[in-house]
Amino acid sequence: MAAVTPTSPAAAEPTGPTAGRPPTPYKKWGRESWKLRAPLLPALIFLIVVTQLPFVATLVMSFMSWSAQPDAPERSFAGLDNFKTVFTTPAYRTAVLNTIEMTVVVVGVSALLALGIALLLNHAFIGRGLVRTMMIAPFLIVPIAAAVFWGNGILMTGFGLVDGVLGQLGVPGAQDIAFLTDHPKLAIEIELIWQWTPFMMLILLAGLQSQDPEVLEAASIDGCNAWQTFVHMTLPHVRRYLELSIVLGTIFIVQNFDSVLGMTGGLNSTNIPFAVYETFYSAKDYGVASALGVVVVIGSLIIATFALRVVSSLLEEES
Amino acid sequence: MTHTWNRRRVAKIVIPLAAWLIGIIFVIPILYMVLTSLHAPQDAQTYPPSWGAPLTLDNYAGLFSSANPITPALINSVITSVISTLLVLVLAIPAAYALAIKPVRRWSDAMFFFLSTKMLPMVAGILPLYLFTTKVINMPDNVIILILIYTAMNLPIAVWMMRSFLVEVPTAIIEAASIDGASTFRILTRIVAPIAMPGVAATSLICFIFAWNEQLYAKVLTSVAAQTGPVYVNTLIQTEHAYLAELAAGATLISLPVLIAGFAAQDKLVQGLSLGAVK
Repeated sequence: MAAVTPTSPAAAEPTGPTAGRPPTPYKKWGRESWKLRAPLLPALIFLIVVTQLPFVATLVMSFMSWSAQPDAPERSFAGLDNFKTVFTTPAYRTAVLNTIEMTVVVVGVSALLALGIALLLNHAFIGRGLVRTMMIAPFLIVPIAAAVFWGNGILMTGFGLVDGVLGQLGVPGAQDIAFLTDHPKLAIEIELIWQWTPFMMLILLAGLQSQDPEVLEAASIDGCNAWQTFVHMTLPHVRRYLELSIVLGTIFIVQNFDSVLGMTGGLNSTNIPFAVYETFYSAKDYGVASALGVVVVIGSLIIATFALRVVSSLLEEES
Repeated sequence: MTHTWNRRRVAKIVIPLAAWLIGIIFVIPILYMVLTSLHAPQDAQTYPPSWGAPLTLDNYAGLFSSANPITPALINSVITSVISTLLVLVLAIPAAYALAIKPVRRWSDAMFFFLSTKMLPMVAGILPLYLFTTKVINMPDNVIILILIYTAMNLPIAVWMMRSFLVEVPTAIIEAASIDGASTFRILTRIVAPIAMPGVAATSLICFIFAWNEQLYAKVLTSVAAQTGPVYVNTLIQTEHAYLAELAAGATLISLPVLIAGFAAQDKLVQGLSLGAVK
């Protein structure tokens, strides 16, 4: 660095007052720095007020005994009672486990499917644009609309599409297959995989298309077969796009509420967001609902820690 | 060499076939939804499904003319989605400017703060917001509160997206204008905005889609007057006379704006959905 001339753009650390633009032309808390910061403040303040303050309120309420039922006792401090309720009541434990199970299954299957489909669509063939458009469509259906139609039109016992087609193919007892009541989690998982695979596929396809074709050609000339090229060239290149799609997919799937409400109404498939909704909206137990909310925040922070690492590697690459 | 030649020929046939097959499988539920919406109620609920039944637009007409018409819900959806998207732009563009063009100190910390708010599940803040609107300010069933929540919901994504577009603006032009004495506002409106317009369009599209799709907050915070399209469609399954055909028509109708906007701007959608990280 010492040999760099002052005019070089690489001179990030000027050595004297005349060495190009100094990195800090203003005091840390001076007037100039506030002028720079000002455009950022409305967004920051708005977000803190509308998203962070409610979380703080939820945290406070999670330590309170607070029910809105007419015969409920007075509001009071409850310590960790609400959290104890969350972890000892089988229904809430199940909601936590269901959330984990559905997220892992949906994100895992979607990521694998998305990678496979992105690899197919990365080849040139007749009608590729049309196939891409067809693939994107499920992601563009309003989630609650998709959920109620999957529940009533496609997986419903009797007149649903799946039962109907199986019946026409001559599968015995097809009319009586009850996806929504016998396999509610599977039904929700199928619908979510259908809706979110396109999202992950879009990110992976963008990643594949940013790969330098000359690298692949060189690999081919050097005698690599398709599998070797995929494992040693394509996979490392596409890895961060895969991570990004998994992280973003997880953020959305963990928060899924519409599919549970629209397909099964929570029958044997309650997840945490649905449990929070039921606990405060129907049961009106504000304390336990808040504790559930805090639990899902803690779970999300664990995911977020990993997520932020992935995203920060993307930012580093950029600068 | 003949060996690889044959494999390539096989791939040339197998890859398009597989891609087409998967594409068709993914689109079938949507085609079936549209088909069902065009069938008379009694034809839609048969076993096995009656594919060839006569087509009709009666279900759509019914949504608009029934005792509980869809029109007010659609109007509420348009109002909340459009106004919240505009508010997001008003807040996100200056913020992105401060993070990309004249980066403040520790700009990446601010970026991570924005992103981290997106990782906190919205459901964990819903109860205080519900109590605040119904008990404190006593404004239940009001679109204003939904607009503010959707603005906050989309703001982090918008800041990330807008920043990724603004980073592309050449700083030399801005510095020249700054030396000539142009104000921040003038630089923003005259130099940055025109270059960043495609980014503004992409950001608007994503924010509009997410606001249009939202259902949990709309369901909890509204009842009749401020009900949005997604809430309306969900109530169709709870009413006793719910016919599958009518449900399909409602689901198709409220998905139509998103389908059209999404198809029209597929490339923008990719960049937007990945927070601008994928270029």
